[in-house]
Amino acid sequence: MASNKHNQFLEGSRAISLTVANIQPDVISAYPITPQTHIVEDLAKFQADGQASYEYLRAESEFAAASIVLGASAAGGRVYSATSSQGLLLMMEVLYNAAGLRLPLVMTIANRAVGAPINIWNDHSDAMAMRDAGWIMLFAENHQEAVDWHVIAYKLAESLNIPVAINVDGFIITHSHENVIIPDKKTIKKYLPAYQPKLGTYLNSQQAITLGGFFTPEHYWQEKRQADADLKKSVNTITKAYRHWKKLLPSPIALKPRFDNGLVEYCGPSQPKTLIIAMGSMSGTIKEALRDQNQVGLLKIRSFRPFPGRDIARFAQHCQQLVIMEKATSSGAYGPLYSDVMAHVPQFKGVSSNHIVGLGGHDISVKIIHNIIKSSRQAGLRFW
Amino acid sequence: MGKYQNHHLTPGHNACAGCGQLSAVQAVMRALTADTILVNATGCLEVTTTAHPQSAWQLPWLHSLFENAAPVASGIKAALKKKKRPTKVVIQAGDGGTYDIGLGLISGMWERGDEILYICYDTESYSNTGIQASGSTPWGANTVTTPTGKNSSGAQQNKKDMMSIALAHGLSYVAQSTAAFPDDISNKVKKALATPGPSYIQILTPCVPGWKIKTDETIKAARLAVQSGLYPLLEYVGGQLSASSINNNFQAQPVDNYLLMQGRYRHLKPKEIAQIQNIADKNLQIYKI
Ligand SMILES: Cc1ncc(C[n+]2csc(CCOP(=O)(O)OP(=O)(O)O)c2C)c(N)n1
Repeated sequence: MASNKHNQFLEGSRAISLTVANIQPDVISAYPITPQTHIVEDLAKFQADGQASYEYLRAESEFAAASIVLGASAAGGRVYSATSSQGLLLMMEVLYNAAGLRLPLVMTIANRAVGAPINIWNDHSDAMAMRDAGWIMLFAENHQEAVDWHVIAYKLAESLNIPVAINVDGFIITHSHENVIIPDKKTIKKYLPAYQPKLGTYLNSQQAITLGGFFTPEHYWQEKRQADADLKKSVNTITKAYRHWKKLLPSPIALKPRFDNGLVEYCGPSQPKTLIIAMGSMSGTIKEALRDQNQVGLLKIRSFRPFPGRDIARFAQHCQQLVIMEKATSSGAYGPLYSDVMAHVPQFKGVSSNHIVGLGGHDISVKIIHNIIKSSRQAGLRFW
Repeated sequence: MGKYQNHHLTPGHNACAGCGQLSAVQAVMRALTADTILVNATGCLEVTTTAHPQSAWQLPWLHSLFENAAPVASGIKAALKKKKRPTKVVIQAGDGGTYDIGLGLISGMWERGDEILYICYDTESYSNTGIQASGSTPWGANTVTTPTGKNSSGAQQNKKDMMSIALAHGLSYVAQSTAAFPDDISNKVKKALATPGPSYIQILTPCVPGWKIKTDETIKAARLAVQSGLYPLLEYVGGQLSASSINNNFQAQPVDNYLLMQGRYRHLKPKEIAQIQNIADKNLQIYKI
């Protein structure tokens, strides 16, 4: 696959598809849905042009696509799929199943609102629907992070046997152009060797195994407890894998963060009065809005599952205001990110507020962010 | 056990005594080689053979969900193709997973042309969840979701013609058998696996609690299904009914013998039995048995 280590000006979807092709999966299957389409169209074309050697299976639904990559993964293949919104919801039963079977699926989610009302633009409602499925859930701020996450995702999935979803904001990342470095096959290979699961862990006639058997209460809860422990423990693997990768492929960043361990990134003063917590591409806009704010910092959540509760508690401890901005609701309760944050900051004595922004592609302007900061001495949940 | 022994499914599963499905599975297993991967849909077969940490399976075996055995098998086949492993892939599912909830996904698999043998064990109801009606439940059958009552004499829909659906997908091998004919089952499985492309076999497997028969009546019921003409032994090769399916000297038994031994049909009045006799008579014409 033609690519190099130099900066290229690419569409986000193209950056992702080039990276996935260079990771060299064995089996890809997907079903079209806006705004994921460009990614899977590119991948089909690379194969048609003889530039890639994966099996590309056209599925008749997202449910089928997810099941196809599940089967391929159980047979020892490296797999990839991508979807959005309604497609992700249609996959849901398979997503829980893949995590329960400990299969290392990797999937891109081009984040989009969920209907009704039907809407094709970006928010995080789709991702939140799979929050409890048992997947590692990573969020990208920009094209380069999206590219990096895809390589790291395979490292995590294949070493931990936990499926990984990479969330990229629909249109904002998938359809916009940015400077980005695409790692070539050689660089990736150094980090991510060819996938060869151990005999006895996948479907192979040399050692027959039973995968997906029936678990009675006595065994079921233990299996679930183990999966939860492994997902929680993966915070250490993520930090290690992230740092290792950034050493191999350092990328120029506009604003050097004060702290970044792969799970969270902090930008702002060393002792912020107000701490904004957010995920995904809106972090870029928030950084822009904070240029003239010397008492406000941004803690960007890169990994939503596992949830970096310990890091959040450390940054939240000495602030007066916690401002949680998120692109999803949990109707009838606080937003999902807010609820998770608050569960991890029992020591926090200041004012916390929850701001639901960007639903269905509703613009998040610098002005809105300034207004949110102004309102932050008042607790509660507000829509913007 | 002699010639009926096989090493792919060990004794010790916990299916009901006299289970027709498990006898048919044994016949299927005798036709498989060690280089076969099995994909199972949710249902009686999965539940009764895999109570963790035990398993009755000696072949690589995967169960994912109720409805997705077909695309899961497609994915397995794709990975095997990429890795140049010639392993065979066989799906086992019930009629609920086949006729109803999995149908669209089966169509997708057949459309892709993946070389996978799909076997449907047809109990004519959702056995595992307690004998609810499926698209395979025949007209007149009493199930818990098509109960008989003052205003109803059982299922009011006809059994879906799954064989024709398979044939419409252009499959090179499509066959039907019943649990009373283990050698026929084994032969058909071998033939299906030797035929390139996707293939489909459905096997009528009487369900003791579902059909309300005695535990020693499974084989008798499966034999009468054939002898009455309601469930003929069929085989289509390249879309054509094969000569082995045709028997011009066939002497059909009246459907009464088949129906009245089963509790699920015991409520039927003579007029209703005549209606089912019509189905059998039509079969005899269509299939020239
Ligand atoms: C999506 C989904 N819906 C419903 C069920 C519940 N369920 C499990 S097995 C089963 C019936 C299986 O019937 P069939 O496919 O005919 O197989 P059998 O048990 O008769 O062998 C049902 C309804 C399920 N597991 N998944």
